[in-house]
Amino acid sequence: MSSDLITTTRTESGLAQGESPSFDLRQQLRRLWKGDSGLVPIIIGLVVLVVYFQSRSSNFISAQNLTNLMIQATVFVLLGMAEIWLLLLGEIDLSVGVTCALSGLVATILVDPQYHWSWFIAMPLAVITSMAISGIYAFFVIRLRLPSFIVTLAGYLAVQGVLIYFVDKQGTGGSVQVQEAVLYDLVGGNLTPLATWLFIFICIGLLAVMMMRSNERRLKHGLVASPRLMIAIKIVALVGVGFALVWVFNTNRSNFLVLTGMPFAIPIDVSLLALGTFILTKTRSGRYIYAIGGNSEAARRAGIAVNRYRLMAFLLTGFTVGIAGLLYTSRLGGISDGVDSTLTLYAVASAVIGGTSLFGGRGKMIHAVIGGIVIATIYNGMALLQMQPATQFIVTAAVLLAAVTIDSLARRGSTISR
Amino acid sequence: MAPSPDAPPLLSLRGITKSFGAVQALRHVDLDIPAGQVTALVGDNGAGKSTLIKTISGIWAPTSGQIFWKGKEVHVHSPREASDLGIATVYQDLALCDNLDIVQNMYLGREETSRGVLDEIEMEIATRKTLSDLSVSTVKSVRQMVGSLSGGQRQAVAVARAVMRESELVILDEPTAALGVSQTAQVLELIKTLKSHGLGVLVISHNLSDVFAVADRLATMYLGTLVDSGPIANYDTASAVELITTGSSSRRPSAVPVSESMEG
Repeated sequence: MSSDLITTTRTESGLAQGESPSFDLRQQLRRLWKGDSGLVPIIIGLVVLVVYFQSRSSNFISAQNLTNLMIQATVFVLLGMAEIWLLLLGEIDLSVGVTCALSGLVATILVDPQYHWSWFIAMPLAVITSMAISGIYAFFVIRLRLPSFIVTLAGYLAVQGVLIYFVDKQGTGGSVQVQEAVLYDLVGGNLTPLATWLFIFICIGLLAVMMMRSNERRLKHGLVASPRLMIAIKIVALVGVGFALVWVFNTNRSNFLVLTGMPFAIPIDVSLLALGTFILTKTRSGRYIYAIGGNSEAARRAGIAVNRYRLMAFLLTGFTVGIAGLLYTSRLGGISDGVDSTLTLYAVASAVIGGTSLFGGRGKMIHAVIGGIVIATIYNGMALLQMQPATQFIVTAAVLLAAVTIDSLARRGSTISR
Repeated sequence: MAPSPDAPPLLSLRGITKSFGAVQALRHVDLDIPAGQVTALVGDNGAGKSTLIKTISGIWAPTSGQIFWKGKEVHVHSPREASDLGIATVYQDLALCDNLDIVQNMYLGREETSRGVLDEIEMEIATRKTLSDLSVSTVKSVRQMVGSLSGGQRQAVAVARAVMRESELVILDEPTAALGVSQTAQVLELIKTLKSHGLGVLVISHNLSDVFAVADRLATMYLGTLVDSGPIANYDTASAVELITTGSSSRRPSAVPVSESMEG
């Protein structure tokens, strides 16, 4: 009867002692390919892109270009993470692009010499702006039960109108420049090389300790756990990535002066990734967001205050969009009245390329990171090869379609139904 | 396991009436559900079975009548209150999240936490224990997504979730509908296990062969009235069908006093 369950555990924890990990390794690989992280196909795709661009332009893998690429990726990554909060519920926000620009504009105008507010107040206000906009969407979607697709489409138009109004009101020729050091430095400034070392290896250290601790706890309680070898391999791989990142950030990127260290934008991205992942995987709120996205009626009957968690997801989207707005204006050096209308679509694409479902219930914050990097890689590589924007769009489209197709094929017959 | 004969039944309904406007969905239903036994509730569509279990499980209050839980009168105003008493209901659609694994579904809405963080290990151990107590051995891993389970396994997860919180009465709404032969056998086995643990089980079913396979008692509803109830030995398929379709039976095998179900 129940002995089935127990014997399985015994064998697998037996393997975990290092007797014969090969069988489990193969299973692990299968899990990586088919399992719910599902990141392997897209990482292979990313490697193919990198190899291609490097073979066409030897400048692609250089400290300068890779740092640039990661800065390009930050806004896609953040907006993708913003979108994931809603995609998990089966909702969508079609206005993240313009809302991001609007909150960037709020910060930019407030710290402008003519108002001269402190960044300390201006930045939170910018984030509150986008949270308020998300709050309005939440009212229409949750209270009035309107589809988020339509509500945020209307929001997209309205926010764009507001944005153009305020940019033009400044009378500075269709764009407002960032004229304050802290806001400018969000992307333009760097950690010192030492701080870069510390940041990267503290992150990796924490990750390694968490992985080992949770695995050891599982072993101790006789639950199915990864073999220690697997954990060791993962940690070694992480340390390798860590050294690569240190090389990228701490190599001098300038021909004229010394320019080293990790741009501030990266720790900001990492913090939001950590926060989002923590909420989604370690807290009740995160569990409920998945449950509502999977079967909201079941969630309701389980006694979950469904609307409260939907509101929470909207506000988290707004929060993340606000942070993205700060980085957006910082990177562009200001906000113009002609916002890149593709930004929202790239946000959704980042999430979906990484493996998040549009139908709710499936997705992770890391998906936006991978997806955002893929999009930035195409952008960056194409620009390096001096290809036309037309080609960029078509290639991005092909990658998006390929990612979704591979994802759905890999998932067919796997443990997740959607 | 079975309580002594003079103990009050787990649940007694007395004169339960439920009206929706002019429509009387339940008329003076008297029913006893003993612990450690499986009571099958049968009846044609619209006979009032669902209305009755929704009344017991607190979805709505009866218009009139009394509910006694272990001999004490109770008023059940919400599903929460019913589950606090120890009444667990598994509806036909099971209400599981396909995108969550077994452990996550078992604890949905009442997750264990330690220092504010989900305690996955605690929940996983308890889930395995509950499933093994119920002799559910067909699931490969409790970390499997529920969407990948078979119908019988899903039913088992839903039942396990219902009983995990010290329930004493489990109400199953059509647990074998839409299941294949071997899946049905698994679910019937599960029902027997619940009974052997001393739980009272109330099963709604359309399938008389399932009913005769597991039930100890049969209660038949007809047009909102409980027309008959008693030990399963008093019935055969033909008399049960007659009761279900006409509300009375001319061919009851043995004389059983009608008051049999009232003695609690």
